[in-house]
Amino acid sequence: MELTPEEKNMAEGKYGKATQKAMEILVTLGEIYGAKRLIDISSVQIAGVSYANLNEPGLNWLADMAKDGEVRVFTTLNPAGMDLEEWRKLGISEEFAEKQLRVVEAFGKMGVITTCSCTPYLYGNLPHFGQNIAWSESSAVCFANSVIGARTNREGGPSALSAALVGKTPEYGFHLDENRQPEVTVEIKAKVQGTYRFGALGKVLGDQLGKKITYIKEIPKASVEELKSFCASYATYGGVALFHMESITPDKVQKIPSEMIKVTEKDIEKALKELDDDTDIDFISLGCPHASLAELEYIAKKLKGKTVNPKKEIWITTARPTKQVADRMGFTKIIEDSGAKIAADTCCVVAPIRGRFKGLASDSAKMCYYGSGRNKFAVKLMSMDECIEEALKQ
Amino acid sequence: MKLTGRRIFKGKTEGEALVTSQSISFYGGVDPDTGTVVEKGHELEGQSITDKVLVFPSGKGSTVGSYVIYQMAKTGTGPKALILKDCEAIVAVGCIISDLPCIDQIDVEKIETGMNLSLDAENGIVESK
Repeated sequence: MELTPEEKNMAEGKYGKATQKAMEILVTLGEIYGAKRLIDISSVQIAGVSYANLNEPGLNWLADMAKDGEVRVFTTLNPAGMDLEEWRKLGISEEFAEKQLRVVEAFGKMGVITTCSCTPYLYGNLPHFGQNIAWSESSAVCFANSVIGARTNREGGPSALSAALVGKTPEYGFHLDENRQPEVTVEIKAKVQGTYRFGALGKVLGDQLGKKITYIKEIPKASVEELKSFCASYATYGGVALFHMESITPDKVQKIPSEMIKVTEKDIEKALKELDDDTDIDFISLGCPHASLAELEYIAKKLKGKTVNPKKEIWITTARPTKQVADRMGFTKIIEDSGAKIAADTCCVVAPIRGRFKGLASDSAKMCYYGSGRNKFAVKLMSMDECIEEALKQ
Repeated sequence: MKLTGRRIFKGKTEGEALVTSQSISFYGGVDPDTGTVVEKGHELEGQSITDKVLVFPSGKGSTVGSYVIYQMAKTGTGPKALILKDCEAIVAVGCIISDLPCIDQIDVEKIETGMNLSLDAENGIVESK
């Protein structure tokens, strides 16, 4: 890789140890993937924040980087393992909370904006079409590349932090036009509506086509909430970073692929069935990815004056800024008066909740995947309305 | 036997080879507390990678795997070095943050479990004694 004089100085340690380590990571990745140079980026999203995933060594590494590391570009942060303010309400231990706060503190010291959300595009980290960025968090990567048309590879926590500290990323993969073209056309011959059915479609495509870039036809419309659910699921089941959706996503496609598959109602039903363990539900998770303001408003309307079954827990996960507006609008009070819990800064994928529940219901196919794999819950994917009815069922 | 590949992260070391023809997911597939492979149905399931020169085709799975490699390096449950056919980002980043010697683009089929290997990762050289 060819480095500019400033980049060489960074690599030689003239900008401090953290920047030197960051350059080592970026240059090695660039060499592995055949990049010729580093390119400027306009923003970064960093994942790998929950202490449940980092553990003591991960925390120590971040604290070490924070000794002299400072981000050179606007950088936001993924969810932590708990609500940073009201963690007691979620039954988080003192010990975990202390470690988790130190993780967030280390990021803050480096100048990372500690948004603690998986939907940075809803809270001030919104790139525009064609911008190069370096994001981790697979659902946000898929959303940024596909729905926004920005350009990022699927970064991991350390490579995203490195990009933030240097302000650049190696130019390969999804930063280049030639790697963004669709490989297979998908015709949707099924009703795809609602976050859960978009999630089911993500599973169908991810399971069948893996990382192949798809050109998806005949989705008549999709809301931001449906698209974020779809991106989360598709990235989880297929490792996908980019898709094209006719009349919905903005990337120009050079040629619509002749290889074609059809998705029928049967495929969607099969995916829904695979995510139904026929279980009793004691835990309901909404807000994966983080609930939008529109979703919180909707949930508040549904829960108004109702009481959640005391034998069940329902968590609605969202970003702190969304919750603050929900507080002002009275949504939070309505939701919490029903017995439901709003948790900001965190998500049920990364919170330390293994063993606490048996049966999980969610409108998110991604949540179902991690609920069963990581937390060993029996799961059921269903619509947001059905999830709320399940919580209220006495 | 002398094999030459590409440096991912520098360092010289020696150790006993543990070889698998299957990819490894460090997050979820290896228990960092014990250094044991725990992925169900994996060729190495139940075997310890601690202090071995681990030889495998590629990494897979969650990017959190980089931190698992780091955790094992710091607590002493990790391998001495990694040799791969195709290194990807998870393993590469894990080795860089852990100062763990790593070489890829090696014809891993030529290495057998139990061989005593010496590595010069800076120059991408693997030799069996």
